[in-house]
Amino acid sequence: MAPPEPLPHITTQRLTALYHRQAAIKDVTIALPRHSVTAIIGPSGCGKSTFLRCLNRMHELSDGGWVTGKVLLDGQDVYGGGVDPVRVRRRVGMVFQRPTPFPTMSIHENVAAGLRVNGKLSGRALNEAVEQSLRRAALWNDVRDRLHTSAVALSGGQQQRLCMARALAPEPEVLLLDEPTASLDPAGTQRIEELCHELKARYTIVIVTHNLQQAARVSDRTAFFYLGELIEVGRTSDLFTKPALEQTEAYITGRFG
Amino acid sequence: MSVRARVFRRRVRSMVLTGVVAGLCALAVLPLLFILGDLVAKGASSIDWSFFTRNPAPAGESGGGVANAIVGTGIIVGLACLIGLPIGIGAGIYLAEYGSGRLGWIVRFVADVMNGTPSIVVGIFAWTFIVKPVGRFSALAGGVALAILMLPMIARTTEEMVRLVPHSLREAALALGYPRWRTSLTVIVRTALSGIVTGCLVAVARIAGETAPLLFTALGNLNFSTSLTQPMQTLSLQIYVYATGPFDEWHRLAWAAALVLMGLVLVIALLARWVTRQRYGAS
Repeated sequence: MAPPEPLPHITTQRLTALYHRQAAIKDVTIALPRHSVTAIIGPSGCGKSTFLRCLNRMHELSDGGWVTGKVLLDGQDVYGGGVDPVRVRRRVGMVFQRPTPFPTMSIHENVAAGLRVNGKLSGRALNEAVEQSLRRAALWNDVRDRLHTSAVALSGGQQQRLCMARALAPEPEVLLLDEPTASLDPAGTQRIEELCHELKARYTIVIVTHNLQQAARVSDRTAFFYLGELIEVGRTSDLFTKPALEQTEAYITGRFG
Repeated sequence: MSVRARVFRRRVRSMVLTGVVAGLCALAVLPLLFILGDLVAKGASSIDWSFFTRNPAPAGESGGGVANAIVGTGIIVGLACLIGLPIGIGAGIYLAEYGSGRLGWIVRFVADVMNGTPSIVVGIFAWTFIVKPVGRFSALAGGVALAILMLPMIARTTEEMVRLVPHSLREAALALGYPRWRTSLTVIVRTALSGIVTGCLVAVARIAGETAPLLFTALGNLNFSTSLTQPMQTLSLQIYVYATGPFDEWHRLAWAAALVLMGLVLVIALLARWVTRQRYGAS
């Protein structure tokens, strides 16, 4: 017997995201369970990244980007009236495809950036929070002796883990990963995947990936998107071994996309 | 034609073209070298310690220096920076971050037109709106004129530098929960800062040698003066007076002053280079 499904942390209802008049995702209704990893798979241009960017209200910052439908975070619509997108983004952290350390800041300042903007922490408490975040991102041992050196001197994999640490520092509830290993070598990729396993005890993780093996390795549930629509979602083990739909099977067996 | 002959022809053509390009390049640098050489040859012998510490001697007497002009250049250029840098940098950030609408288009167009405005016109403008109503030439009017001159340069460079910051950095900051204005200031402007500083230094170097707009505003002053409400001397004005004057001694001093001014501009330009280098050295 499989364990019971955890309660959903994020639910989207008929979520449609548009660029000007062109819909990138259409009528997506999906539940993302708390403290689990959900992988979003599908061919290029199917709306995976756009879906992710709707969850923390980043999509509306794109040129002509707007959204209809609902995204419920713990039951509250993040697109509801009076909801400040800046507050939503503090609850829902994000890591991008390419590492984006702030080049003028040191490693310490990079991790502290999200804490500083949130306000009160300073001095000792700030240092402790930085250390804790770096430990969670499995980067502490690499950088403990050079916290105050430039962040861009790190390797690509380290930079990406630094971005993880930076996203974790403000204590978000949800972590969105947009192809986080696309620009990394196999060793860096493995570290990030291990992190997904460790971090899901604390966070709800949604990861977009082009790599089906990666989806199978890291996720509890997998959602398959095609041409902007959610085709199928289910337990990763089920979706990869006995997909319900022909289309899903064709994609995961490499017959298209 | 054999392969060999074709290769040979290609080589010859390549060499000729390389030679032509190198020649043109030398031609472009030549005037600068001549100017520098001429300045050193005619001006260096007149430069000694008293040249920097003494004020101009009365007409006809020998000796004297340009202390008042050096200090005056510093004050007027400083004044121009005080007025021009905050407005110019602010306008540049606005153009890059929020200037996609109609207002941005207008500001950008006005800045481009101002960039092409002859400096003497700016001088007349400052004369009309400051010197004439007040009834007196003043260092303040000179500073304002130079500030107006540097404004469009600074605004446009700042805009370009801010636009060079990768979009991914902006997204990273916003995704961390930065409000838009804090993203602009703490991440975007900070990343573009060395480029902005370089642009400002280049603008300062350009206005430091301006003469025309100062003729109607700061006017010039043969005595040492630090009063902003009085006429003030600058190196460029001093050169103008000495070079057009009737005495050989004055011509000699004009060369020396020109050498000092050129040296000053060179130092600022080198500083600008150094700031840019720092930036790439760090990343």
